[in-house]
Amino acid sequence: MSKTEKGVPFIRVEKRAERTKSQSMKLRILSVILALIAGGMFILAIGYNPFRVYMTIISGAFRSEMAFQATVKLMVPLVIPALGITLAFKMRFWNIGAEGQIIMGSIFATYFALFWWELPHVVLLSLMFIAGAIGGALWGIIPAFFKARFNTNETLFTLMLNYIALYTISFLRDGAWQDPQSSGFPKIARFGENAILDKVLGVHMGWIIALVLVVLVYIYLKYTKQGYEISVVGESQATASYAGMNYKKIVIRTMAIGGALSGIAGMIQVSGSDMTLASSVAGGVGFTAIIIAWLARLNPFGILIVSFLFSILEKGSTVMQSTYGLSTYSADVLQGIILFFVLGCEFYVRYRFIIRGKGGTE
Amino acid sequence: MDVFVNLFVAAVLAGTPLLFGTLGEIINEKAGHLNLGVEGMMAMGACAGFMVGYQTDNLLLALLGAFGAGLFGALIYGVLTVTFMADQNVTGLTLTIFGVGISNFFGEYMLAKSAVKSLKLPEHILSSLAKIKIPVLSDIPILGKLLFNYNIFVYFGILLAILCGIYLYKTRAGLNLRAIGENPAAADAAGIPVTRYKYINIMIGGGICGIGGAYASMIICNGVWISNCVNGLGWIAVALVIFATWSPYKAIAGSLVFGAFSILKYYVPKSVIRIPDSIFDMMPFFMTILVLIITSIRQSKENAQPKSCGVNYFREER
Repeated sequence: MSKTEKGVPFIRVEKRAERTKSQSMKLRILSVILALIAGGMFILAIGYNPFRVYMTIISGAFRSEMAFQATVKLMVPLVIPALGITLAFKMRFWNIGAEGQIIMGSIFATYFALFWWELPHVVLLSLMFIAGAIGGALWGIIPAFFKARFNTNETLFTLMLNYIALYTISFLRDGAWQDPQSSGFPKIARFGENAILDKVLGVHMGWIIALVLVVLVYIYLKYTKQGYEISVVGESQATASYAGMNYKKIVIRTMAIGGALSGIAGMIQVSGSDMTLASSVAGGVGFTAIIIAWLARLNPFGILIVSFLFSILEKGSTVMQSTYGLSTYSADVLQGIILFFVLGCEFYVRYRFIIRGKGGTE
Repeated sequence: MDVFVNLFVAAVLAGTPLLFGTLGEIINEKAGHLNLGVEGMMAMGACAGFMVGYQTDNLLLALLGAFGAGLFGALIYGVLTVTFMADQNVTGLTLTIFGVGISNFFGEYMLAKSAVKSLKLPEHILSSLAKIKIPVLSDIPILGKLLFNYNIFVYFGILLAILCGIYLYKTRAGLNLRAIGENPAAADAAGIPVTRYKYINIMIGGGICGIGGAYASMIICNGVWISNCVNGLGWIAVALVIFATWSPYKAIAGSLVFGAFSILKYYVPKSVIRIPDSIFDMMPFFMTILVLIITSIRQSKENAQPKSCGVNYFREER
């Protein structure tokens, strides 16, 4: 037992006065440095030089134009769903279904790529874009409707929808959408030229869409009435209702937009990156995007930065594999360790520990 | 008849790892913590259980290793969410990335070190993992095959589920735990040491998940190390928690149903009716959603997620 004669615990937690922006920024940078040191210890433990491994990761992401393009390409499907998640999280709707929303967007977009491929390039791409957004929106609206109507738990609902979306791909792949030229091998045909996203500066133009969406979401959240409504609902559902806001409408609308953003990311993945639809289209980015949105403290520009760092780590780890023969799994371990530290340090922005008898700063 | 007996046996075998993961997650959620790291903790247990078994050739030590690894994963989660009040979803997802990563990493590391570039469990431990023949009982026609013809994990899992049920519904500690899951502030005011309860239960839950992982690496993979052997079982377990409406007893039946869905595709003759495999794969999640919707429409409090789940408890904010 850690209680004492006066019933004061040995260590207790107290909310600290709000830190200034620069203070919290410094703290976060410190947490990343600490995380890198902890990750370095892991690298050291498995018998490599941490400095050289870190340098390899960074140079791996930037060493050539092609490497940098690959890094940017990894970044696009992280940024856009993270924006969608941000909208939901702002109103405390715990949407962990970005993965499914990405997949649904990609399925809807693929329909046009497969069956309307003779349409002119721009028309086809626009249709795919809209279809992707609708697919994602649909997958966002379903849990939002049940949350608004019956208060159904959205965390669990969205999580389940991910898997239904995932198996919908294999359903289509093994059935109606199977490539007729694959002689029975279950796969979906490669898209025609018309359905493939154009490249700008060597990377498919998804990166431009991502940048535009970052700015749009920032403006939407900060300067529009709907954005304001989202933050009020996030503060308190009761407040929103007293102020005459339609809670149900706001939840469903916001999830439609958030889902649509993820759906757009799905469309970009199939059209710009994979050029076909496969079960790996989302491949966990929907989950990584949640971590990113949260680490960026739901700030669209922060998402841009955090996604970039994640992409560097991911691209660099493939180089780490080819240079040192380290399995890419070590990158997952490294990522986990770094995240654990950053998550832990976030505590110090808002709280502090007080050790019994040493609480002199009160 | 034979087909149904075989189907039932296969469903039990496929459902057992889910049962462990589900029991672990039920205990976590009863403590008010939605731990999305089940997949990671199971992966850690899979790797640790296998490697300890490989080195020591002792099943008990292997299980302890698996339990310890899952417990360690849960400890990280507990420190971050209970003490440091980090977001539960994000921490859980990170634990999954970390757990799966470290399990596969260590597995490959051991593979590279082994002389024949493959890892197979030694004979003795494999024989202790085989089906247990119970004299007389196992020889009863049909019933013997249905009920008394399994490996040790199956019996252990069912026993554990019953023990969890007794713990949650029949003991003081279980009552306290459920109180914490519903309303930690009230439990705190009633004098229950919330933090200690949360830590202990999160860690035990993680350990149980770890044993489920050991099942994946030691039984499903036939005692040969294969990367990613847990392969999504943890996520199905999270679904099963809902399907079982947070009850360890219902988890036994639920794991049988989910287990059946995962193997049914091999038993439905394609010549009679052509149901795509993906429909079977989808069913557990679909049914989980139905349960989720129905319980929320009926607003049944006892069949719903513990109320404080997902929200960290900060004493001074009550």
